[in-house]
Amino acid sequence: MNTKLLTAILLGSSVLCSAGAAFAQDATLTIESWRNDDLAIWQDKLIPAFEAKNPGIKVVFSPSAPTEYNAALNAKLDAGSAGDIITCRPFDASLDLYTKGKLADLTSLAGMENFSDVAKSAWTTDDGKATFCVPMASVIHGFIYNKDAFDKLGITPPATEEEFFAALDKIKADGTYIPMAMGTKDLWEAATMGYQNIGPNYWQGEEGRLALLKGEQKLTDAQWVEPYATLAKWKPYLGDGFEAQTYPDSQNLFTLGRAAIYPAGSWEISVFNTQAQFKMGAFPPPVRKAGDTCYISDHTDIGIGLNAASKNPDAAKTFLSWVASPEFAEIYANALPGFFSLNSTPVKMADPLAQEFVSWRDKCKSTIRSTYQILSRGTPNLENETWVESANVINGTDTPEVAAKKLQDGLDSWYKPAK
Amino acid sequence: MSRATNSFSRSAAAHAILIAYTIIALFPVFIIVINSFKARNAIFNAPMTPPTAETFDLVGYRTVLAQGDFLQYFQNSFIVTVSSLFFVLLFGAMAAFALSEYRFRGNKLMGLYLALGIMIPIRLGTVAILQLMVASGLVNTLTALVLVYTAQGLPLAIFILAEFMSTVSDDLKNAGRIDGLSEYTIFFRLVLPLVRPAMATVAVFTMIPIWNDLWFPLILAPSEATKTITLGAQMFIGQYVTNWNAVLAALSLAILPVLVLYLIFSRQLIRGITSGAVK
Amino acid sequence: MTATSATKRPFRWHIAIFLAPAVLVYTAIMIMPLFGTLQLALFRNVSQSQVFVGLDNFRTLFGDPNWSTNFWNALRNNVWFFIIHMLVQNPVGVVLAALLSSPRLRFSAFYRTAIFIPTILSFVIVGFAWKLILSPLWGVAPNLLDLVGLKSLFTPWLGKEEYALTALSLISVWQFIGIPMMLIYAAMLSIPDEVIEAAECDGVTGMAQFWKIKLPLILPAIGIISILTFVGNFNAFDLIYTAQGALAGPNYSTDILGTFLYRAFFGFQLQVGDPNMGAAIATMMFLIILVGVCIYLFLIQTRLRRYQF
Repeated sequence: MNTKLLTAILLGSSVLCSAGAAFAQDATLTIESWRNDDLAIWQDKLIPAFEAKNPGIKVVFSPSAPTEYNAALNAKLDAGSAGDIITCRPFDASLDLYTKGKLADLTSLAGMENFSDVAKSAWTTDDGKATFCVPMASVIHGFIYNKDAFDKLGITPPATEEEFFAALDKIKADGTYIPMAMGTKDLWEAATMGYQNIGPNYWQGEEGRLALLKGEQKLTDAQWVEPYATLAKWKPYLGDGFEAQTYPDSQNLFTLGRAAIYPAGSWEISVFNTQAQFKMGAFPPPVRKAGDTCYISDHTDIGIGLNAASKNPDAAKTFLSWVASPEFAEIYANALPGFFSLNSTPVKMADPLAQEFVSWRDKCKSTIRSTYQILSRGTPNLENETWVESANVINGTDTPEVAAKKLQDGLDSWYKPAK
Repeated sequence: MSRATNSFSRSAAAHAILIAYTIIALFPVFIIVINSFKARNAIFNAPMTPPTAETFDLVGYRTVLAQGDFLQYFQNSFIVTVSSLFFVLLFGAMAAFALSEYRFRGNKLMGLYLALGIMIPIRLGTVAILQLMVASGLVNTLTALVLVYTAQGLPLAIFILAEFMSTVSDDLKNAGRIDGLSEYTIFFRLVLPLVRPAMATVAVFTMIPIWNDLWFPLILAPSEATKTITLGAQMFIGQYVTNWNAVLAALSLAILPVLVLYLIFSRQLIRGITSGAVK
Repeated sequence: MTATSATKRPFRWHIAIFLAPAVLVYTAIMIMPLFGTLQLALFRNVSQSQVFVGLDNFRTLFGDPNWSTNFWNALRNNVWFFIIHMLVQNPVGVVLAALLSSPRLRFSAFYRTAIFIPTILSFVIVGFAWKLILSPLWGVAPNLLDLVGLKSLFTPWLGKEEYALTALSLISVWQFIGIPMMLIYAAMLSIPDEVIEAAECDGVTGMAQFWKIKLPLILPAIGIISILTFVGNFNAFDLIYTAQGALAGPNYSTDILGTFLYRAFFGFQLQVGDPNMGAAIATMMFLIILVGVCIYLFLIQTRLRRYQF
């Protein structure tokens, strides 16, 4: 069967249904994104602000569910039906799109100078030569707590691990609240809110992460296994049936006021603000001994790039330059407290909880999640395996040592650090 | 006398089993629908109780209806499902008739070829299908979905219909031929009415996956104008969605139309499946 | 008789016309894309171009423990998924159909309609509804067990390695039981009254009648259902995906071939999709199903035929 003929037949049948012909007049830019929660913010705040300044360019925000985003986006890019603007996952997923020629090189985009190299690192090639996405935001890990519950029980935010477990014991003994809202059903909670949250204090942030990349440290070394040992100790403080507790379950458990502490990512702030009817506070991951340097995971999480096959590259670049501007940063960071701008120009944020999170940048050392750069390029995929093993450790099906060994073995099977 | 009590107790047992199973079948739907009408706290504190005056709250529905045009989504789903169903039944029956009625060279091979599609999930061909649709400008049209679902439904339709058509009596068809009826008339006038029960079965088998499919609407027709109701409902249940009022309302809205349709057509469906005592 | 003996006739255009629409649509939209994809199994992406590598991908799939452990695990789980369906869905379907088809049963239309309802629901709804019901937080299942004094039996089934797959299989059975029920119901109604009357004259009633008369007569229907279940189960994906996510947790205990394929082909989270390995897995699924269907067509169906009228 000849494809041209086939195309002609299909083309004929398309006359019957003319819903697809909406392109013409102004340049219309479609944004692909996994942030379906942000639909209202884009429609009501960001897009009107852009369109007011740039008549002649229309922008449509078209998100899909986060779980389907990568697969759907790849299929659409391969077939050439993807939108003009692509929201970028950090590191390898986007790098892969860039090396396949799906994402355009944005190194010389006007506005790129507003970002530091660290901010751009998640969307830059290994040799540092090309940047292919405009950094939008990072997220910070820590713990959000129910202030009313803490006040009632006379607990102050713990600074050390000892205080942390003492607080958990106290909440448990009191019995009014579930000490900690976290489940292992969705796996990633255990890895992201657990392991990557508390881990940097053990492996000393960037120092450990880079040593792991260079092959100088192994996941079976003490500083990488101990966070698992600590996670395993969380088990008795989690709610009944935490093995089947999903991520929305955990969120609801906390915002309904049933749990006292929530291992969090800063992106929760906006959701929690609208749902919780009590005062909330936040504390960074407790250090191991009083006086230790604290480390936080300040993870470059979301960027935005240009589809290399876009039919409106100029309009798209105008849009991306605007995303790189301090104006965008200001609107975005305040509309979505908890997504912290990566722009070098400091942004004023009104939300107290967001302010608390961002204040840790001054007193602690920042790092990104250990599994994201380079280490998740092969099969088995270190990030995905870390999800599985973190859940296993908390569930008690694997000991910390076994989990660490499995991860290292998987990594060894394909990763040969350059020496 | 003992025979009567025996049959009474037997039918009581039958009813007991059927009622028990009916409850199992309907309970999850019931739970979703009643909770969609409740305030957030009540959903969690008393999931089993129907909404009362204090806990009644339509906030979920308000959120959902403000976010998306569910009437439009429903209309899209309806158009796609009905058109695909029509083509699957028509083309499927024609092909099944050719395979079961005539002996020609390559008949068996053609049958096997058409059955191949039962064995591979069509999802695998996604990229190639999408490329085809892009090349022909069908992306974001309902036509693209109808084409894919027609192709997807055909193998099973042909497989089942051919089984049934081979049981239609030869005498009838031969009588028609002696009367000088064309093969087309024999097919449309004599055979099709006789296999109506099988067609109803195929219709159900075909309709369910089409109505409920999430994947192809997401890939081929994600635009606002062509979104199906399943995709529309899924938009509310992303990884970051915790608004259960909206989720439950969206689920209820996705259940109700198909439920109503099913209740309207179930009589015909059952009559179709069971009438004519096929064999 | 008529058409079959006509070897010397001119080309019979009507056959072509009957076949054409189905064959065209099916070939263009299904077969060509699918085989376009399956042939990727023989290639590998080397610096952005596809290089022919023969059966290397299959060697990786079965030789490299990173792949083979997952593959065998998925296959084992899939077999268990299928066994549960055969052991629960079909017998329960037969029982329900038998009860429904008994004459003089009142409200049978109501039961039929109600029991079929789960089948018309989408996976999104089914997955979400059951997650809620079994959720330890929401408490519907614990509450229900409490009502009958069995609260101690409650465990977070979907979160436990040893129960999750069985629980999901049962949910799938719950969803699809309508199909075997309907088909067997139709088969039972189509048993001629004379056969039943003759059996009753011979004093064969009740259970004996079911086992000796009805069951053999509905065997072909059970055969069709079994093969449809087999094909459906080995292509299954959506329920596990909506309920447990693409990583099919906990600890891959609910991973079946469909979810394994999805992760390999399309990628997941940080894992970038590998269409070549994905195609290799798809080819294996295709072969497994092909073998199953052939066993049915050539061994079982021919035997079942003998019982037909």
